[in-house]
Amino acid sequence: MLAFLLRRIVLIVPTFIGVTLLAFALIHLIPGDPVENISGERGMDPARRERLLHEFGLDKPLPVQYIEYVGQVLRGNLGTSLTTHEDVSTEFLTLFPATIELAFFALLFSVIVGLPAGIVAAIKRNTVADYAVMGVSLTGYSMPIFWWALLLILFFSVYLGWTPVSGRISVEYDVPATTGFMLIDTLRSGDFGAFRSALSHLILPSIALGTIPLAVIARMTRSSMLEVLREDYVRTARAKGLPRWQVIVVHALRNALIPVITVIGLQVGLLLSGAILTETIFSWPGVGNWLIHGVQSRDYPVVQGGILLVATIVITVNLIVDMLYGVINPRIRHA
Amino acid sequence: MPELATPAVGTGAPPGRLGEFWRSYAQSRGALIGLALVVLLVLLALFADIVSPHPPNEQYREFTLTPPAWDPGGTSQFLLGTDPVGRDILSRLIHGTRLSLLIGVISVAISLGLGIVLGLVAGFFRGLTETIIMRVMDVMLALPSLLLAIAVVAILGPGLINAMYAIAIVLLPHYVRLTRAAVIAEAGREYVTSSRIAGAGVLRLMFNTILPNCAAPLIVQATLGFSNAILDAAALGFLGLGAQPPTPEWGSMLSSALEFIQRAPWVVTFPGLAILITVLAFNLMGDGLRDALDPRLKR
Repeated sequence: MLAFLLRRIVLIVPTFIGVTLLAFALIHLIPGDPVENISGERGMDPARRERLLHEFGLDKPLPVQYIEYVGQVLRGNLGTSLTTHEDVSTEFLTLFPATIELAFFALLFSVIVGLPAGIVAAIKRNTVADYAVMGVSLTGYSMPIFWWALLLILFFSVYLGWTPVSGRISVEYDVPATTGFMLIDTLRSGDFGAFRSALSHLILPSIALGTIPLAVIARMTRSSMLEVLREDYVRTARAKGLPRWQVIVVHALRNALIPVITVIGLQVGLLLSGAILTETIFSWPGVGNWLIHGVQSRDYPVVQGGILLVATIVITVNLIVDMLYGVINPRIRHA
Repeated sequence: MPELATPAVGTGAPPGRLGEFWRSYAQSRGALIGLALVVLLVLLALFADIVSPHPPNEQYREFTLTPPAWDPGGTSQFLLGTDPVGRDILSRLIHGTRLSLLIGVISVAISLGLGIVLGLVAGFFRGLTETIIMRVMDVMLALPSLLLAIAVVAILGPGLINAMYAIAIVLLPHYVRLTRAAVIAEAGREYVTSSRIAGAGVLRLMFNTILPNCAAPLIVQATLGFSNAILDAAALGFLGLGAQPPTPEWGSMLSSALEFIQRAPWVVTFPGLAILITVLAFNLMGDGLRDALDPRLKR
């Protein structure tokens, strides 16, 4: 078991080196050099330029620069934002809880709806229920989520007036950010109105972001259930005279869930991708919104650091999912 | 794809490979709907100038934000209404079909071509070459697709052409992995060995002998890649990183009308619907192709 875990961890080292190379290359591939980008349109006299290049270490050979860059990254130094002059990793850490909160609720929504929908579709195969679930999930899978988010806002916020249009909480509440997770912070402040406001702000973004994972989970659950329902042990359970629900929940579902759990874990990349769009539309103050602003304002340290951090998170989560899969399914461990 | 090159056989005779493929494909109603929609979209794109009632960038200043024809305030002159500067939405959508399909064709063609070559090289030569190629692909797969596309656009600068390159890069690892896996599976087969003994050179072995036998999964992936390309291009356009106004690209049409969403919901509704229908059509077709070309995957 330990050997399996170690092997998996060693395997991500080259991937991580690749990601740092990509982030490093980003700064060097953009038109003009970073010094030019700082000076902007005004230009700069050659002596000052030389001094700045030296200051940033940009006059050294590329391999040396790369090694120095990795050293900085490993010490947690990702540079300073060109627009806010704040430390990039500090900015990321301040905003990241908002993205986690959103992604968590989106995933919760997709599992709560997608899992039962997939099970129903499998049990009632080739019925209206099955076609409905599959139709909805195919549509969800093909949905441009930025448009879907707008439709949700149009209907629930503008037409029905049930939910707020954007942001994390109404302006009238001033909750001290201790954890960065709005729901926890509002609960700790003891202001129930603030908690309700934060919760209502979460609903639409979570649905918008959770729709594609929902479609994927429903499809995966259905096909996995269909496969398991054909197994001998399910037939045996039925032959023993067990009630139908017990066969489905205890015997079939437990085994059908193994691939589904993997798929759920793999949604993290999709969620972070989707968060860029969802956060932009709902003015959600998370890392997706921050990254897009970074790209639009040509704030390269932000883009570079953001990409590196998001990629690291995705790689780490995929690694954990991979290892969990090995724990659940011994056949993988020994492969 | 040799199957597609074989002429269909008339009734009475046993079905040829194309006939067999079609029978299998036509079993799925979804696949047929997808195909019909794709054909319709291609026709719209080809004849956009003839079909669309107005030029896509013509501004009818006295008709700004006219609602669709079925609305009491609408006029039959503009079936789906007009946008904030008085351009006909239907005409812009029809011309947008051309752009979206073009984005799909170009980005899939670039990444498929490059992916096949890299995959063939990795699968054929193995060793260090393979390790390097596959590690790079792993890094690309580790990044969420839209994030990678944004990184590429950050380097190249925003614009329609750069968005296509970005999407091609995002799609690339899938084709490389598929080709490599298929090549490794095929390379040990007897027909490859016999071809090698008969004196076939490396290039002939790679492209003439092995490649045609790896085509099925690639065709399926290319179709699904089409829908990803269209979706990502629209997302980039929406974020202001893809096609720039006044190009009638669906994603940028949507974002440029965002402030009017409450007063004139149709300026936002129809471009999104166009994206959804197109992506859905290619997904349906891809699923159908997978079931028909690769019966092992069919459950």
